[in-house]
Amino acid sequence: MIRRAVRYLDTRTGTTPIVRKTLRYLFPDHWSFLLGEIALYAFIVLVATGIYLTFFFVDSTREVVYHGPYVPLQGQHMSEAYRSVLNISMTVRAGLLIRQTHHWAANVFIAAIILHLFRVFFTGAYRKPRGLIYVIGVTMLMLTLLEAYLGYSLVDDLLSGMGLVIGYSVGLSIPFVGANVMSWLFHGPFPGQSTLWPRMYIAHVLIFPVLIGTLLTVHVLLVAMRHHTQFRQTATETERTVRGVPAYPGQAPRSIGLMFATAGVLFLLGGLVQINPIWLWGPFHTYVSTNGAQPDWYLGWLIGALRLVPSFDLVIGKYTLVPNPFWGGVAFPLVVFGFLYLWPAIERKITGDTAFHNLVERPRDNPLRTALGIGIVTWVLLVFIAGSSDRVYVWLNVSYTSQIDIYRVLVFVIPLLAAAIAHRVCEELVAGEKVERDERAAEAEARLART
Amino acid sequence: MTAHVALAVAIAALSTGQGKQLYGQYCISCHGANGEGVAQARTIGGAPQRIQEQQSARGPSLRGVGALAADFYLRTGYMPLHRIGDQPRRSRVLFSDLEIRDLVAYIASLGSGPAIPRPQPQLGNLAEGLHLFTDHCAGCHQVVAQGGVVTGALPPALDDATDVQIAEAVRIGPYVMPKFSETAITNTQLNSIVRYVDWIKHPDNRGGWAIGDIGPVPEGLVTWFLAAALLVALCVVVGKRLKRA
Ligand code: HEC
Ligand code: HEC
Repeated sequence: MIRRAVRYLDTRTGTTPIVRKTLRYLFPDHWSFLLGEIALYAFIVLVATGIYLTFFFVDSTREVVYHGPYVPLQGQHMSEAYRSVLNISMTVRAGLLIRQTHHWAANVFIAAIILHLFRVFFTGAYRKPRGLIYVIGVTMLMLTLLEAYLGYSLVDDLLSGMGLVIGYSVGLSIPFVGANVMSWLFHGPFPGQSTLWPRMYIAHVLIFPVLIGTLLTVHVLLVAMRHHTQFRQTATETERTVRGVPAYPGQAPRSIGLMFATAGVLFLLGGLVQINPIWLWGPFHTYVSTNGAQPDWYLGWLIGALRLVPSFDLVIGKYTLVPNPFWGGVAFPLVVFGFLYLWPAIERKITGDTAFHNLVERPRDNPLRTALGIGIVTWVLLVFIAGSSDRVYVWLNVSYTSQIDIYRVLVFVIPLLAAAIAHRVCEELVAGEKVERDERAAEAEARLART
Repeated sequence: MTAHVALAVAIAALSTGQGKQLYGQYCISCHGANGEGVAQARTIGGAPQRIQEQQSARGPSLRGVGALAADFYLRTGYMPLHRIGDQPRRSRVLFSDLEIRDLVAYIASLGSGPAIPRPQPQLGNLAEGLHLFTDHCAGCHQVVAQGGVVTGALPPALDDATDVQIAEAVRIGPYVMPKFSETAITNTQLNSIVRYVDWIKHPDNRGGWAIGDIGPVPEGLVTWFLAAALLVALCVVVGKRLKRA
């Protein structure tokens, strides 16, 4: 049966050699190489659930009055967009399940990308000849953040509206071009014209997904062409041998299993754990706000930065050159992404190592890189945590201003400390291994001497 | 309304004696011998739209605050204040119901003030309540009344506020909270607000486990410590099987 199908395909397309090659592709067998796959599968879930949502979402901010079944909002004025999401959550069959799964998938997608990035960074997998793969990966991360922010904003509930206000003011703060770009995007001042929502919508459901999907395809194809990296498994292994598990029957079935497991986890969350209960937030109007509004986690680092930067503007004469939101909202992410983009080149400069590398290093093998990475992760993490200081105030009663003051010091001290500790730990681990190796050699020698 | 005042005055006559004694014991240091207040001006923070500048750090005058304010501050445990300068917080109520009535009667007798309100949430409209709450209160108390942060104060979550206390708070404007007159929020509207605050204590939690009803922060925690942790564990398991393959 299968053989017949294969022959049918082959006689008409001549694909057998390609298929055979694919099935014999050798996968590295370390678990950390699977993190990127989780991201891929979350993306698939996102597209699938997203398509379902497009059947019911209305990309219009025309004001309507709600007469649906949800009593607390009956008679309220709201945008058509918000009403359509209310309907998805209340009346559309499986609408809430799909909407929540979509949102959880977005949260998990970005988490998985970041874990995958950690693996790539801390093992040096981005080195030649995989620089382009890495750059595409970082670009996808950036696009994904924007894409997720767009999706969150489209709903037009109270929280997303407040998020849009912040995004708008950050955009405005870009020197020279900010005002023009924002008025071009919004088609006028905030809250923009009726064209804004269709624009955001087309960006969210077409432009960004197609960009991400294309980059993803290239990313994966390039990995296959350059082949995966792998950990050194025997002392004699060179950069030229490829070891691992064949795609079939080793890797592929397990990958498919992982895909179903990822989808399963996401749908379970979508069905069992509430996310963004927009019916509780109510519709957005420019004159209302709520205390304790927070962005989704993947933008928390930007809110933290906006809060930590002391309030000052760069003023020249009467002209405000750089308004305050620029530092936290634009400069900070630029520094982080700038580092990610430039690091491979910087590393080549520092080490003078321009060779091809198919074997990755364990984090301990390269203490400098590991220390630097840990330092930067700690830095961003602290800024991120500072973003939730208002909630911490409510929960733990540590005053908001003193928290901010403490964080302003900590974000400089702790990363250095963390980097120093990481460096030391790497060295100790390597030294420990050497001792072990020597002991083993001595034992072997002793055994040899005895016989 | 007049009937309430008359009633309050009648009760006051009976129990002011006991009330005065308790007052002397617990309140006099801050509110003065005859409720005239102990002045000591100081600046505290304000709300987003409103900076409240001068407020007595000791205790304000209680003349004319009426049974309404006394009842609110005593039944929430806000008074007696623990430390001068602190924001009054909900805490263990020190007095028995009878003692509270006596104290309230005594304070009401210090000047003519408003009586304890009787909100009727069952007459209110939930949708109107949500709308009014979003307009007037959510900026401080958070849209589902989970509390928040403003300069100089912590607007509390309203989980423990009773119907009467909600109505009282709106009319008093304790600490940095603005005071809403009957023209700003009518009694009918107040009924709707109370109805909403009652409802939001057990909101419509379709969609599953509500993780606190405050949105993104706990959602991020679930993303990392539940979902991501689970998926990484899966990777480890699958990775082990690959090694064996
Ligand atoms: C400027 C911010 C602000 C606004 C607006 C505001 N409040 Fe308050 N509210 C507070 C603060 C602060 C407290 C705590 C007062 C204290 O500690 O003395 C409080 C206390 C309360 C309490 C007592 C809670 C308890 O259990 O201790 C209730 C009830 C209340 N507010 C209801 C409302 C309602 C209803 C509205 C809208 C009509 C409203 N508040 C508007 C700041 C605000
Ligand atoms: C440590 C000082 C202190 C003590 C003791 C104290 N109070 Fe107060 N009281 C204050 C302060 C300060 C305020 C103002 C609080 C605010 O703005 O919410 C206040 C406010 C009040 C108010 C509201 C006044 C208004 O303008 O609405 C009442 C009623 C009140 N207190 C009653 C009492 C009673 C009754 C006692 C004794 C059981 C008492 N207090 C003990 C400091 C004190």
